[in-house]
Amino acid sequence: MSYEDFPCREAVDLVTDYLEGVLQGEDRATLERHLAWCDWCATYFDQMRETIRLAGSLREEDIAAPVMDSLVAAYREMHWPTSR
Amino acid sequence: MDDPQLVAALRAGDEIAFREVVAGYHAAMVRVASFYVQSRAVAEDVVQETWLAVLEGLDRFEGRSSLKTWVFRILANRARTRGTRERRSVPFSSMADDSDEPGIPPTRFRPATDRWPGHWAEPPRPWNDVPAEKLEGGETRALVFDAIRTLPPSQRDVIALRDVEGWSAEEVCSVLGLSEGNQRVLLHRARTRVRAALERHFATVVTA
Repeated sequence: MSYEDFPCREAVDLVTDYLEGVLQGEDRATLERHLAWCDWCATYFDQMRETIRLAGSLREEDIAAPVMDSLVAAYREMHWPTSR
Repeated sequence: MDDPQLVAALRAGDEIAFREVVAGYHAAMVRVASFYVQSRAVAEDVVQETWLAVLEGLDRFEGRSSLKTWVFRILANRARTRGTRERRSVPFSSMADDSDEPGIPPTRFRPATDRWPGHWAEPPRPWNDVPAEKLEGGETRALVFDAIRTLPPSQRDVIALRDVEGWSAEEVCSVLGLSEGNQRVLLHRARTRVRAALERHFATVVTA
């Protein structure tokens, strides 16, 4: 398939299938040829990877000690009630 | 400990096992809940409720799904309910549904009449020139958070678990009851929107 037959608009639609590894065989090869040729789409794909990385950067922080304490207290109460 | 051992320990009142489970899941639960509700405080509240529901339901847990899947399914249901209740009283921007999905605006591509139909008319500008402190800054993270929060609910569910929490596609399908294909479509739409929000955000600095 030539570059003209495979417009950018279709290439960017395949980004998730590509990154998820479900695009295989000839379709994958065609897309990779397009990406090697088209800096714009290559940029777009890089930005999708960056977007995923930034979403993952929201993941940090551990549980605050007081929250853990109150949950453990509730758990303890359930198994060994102090008062009825 | 594997799941059956863990569940047995929790049923027996093993405090160390309980701490281990809470430490492993809690932060992720608060984050996931916070995509549904208005404030961090409410998210914490929903998670506390979820833990109590988990403890109460433990005897009924049959192990057909993983413990993690089961806990997050309870959480998602509760957070969704709380979010819906909040939105009845507070205006909220994410009322869009999944239909009429624009993806990338068609005007960014060349028209059918062009010599290069469907190729970029307005290509993305690389983010290489974005200074690191802007790229990694709190403002950018807040923007990603808001972009995810205001997605249509089914897209938000998928991207929060896949890309924020880093779960596998299988786990997400299991918690949300989606087919692999449907999960991928929702993920694609969600990522497309979040990338577009970042593009608008970075456009203010990459004016070369």
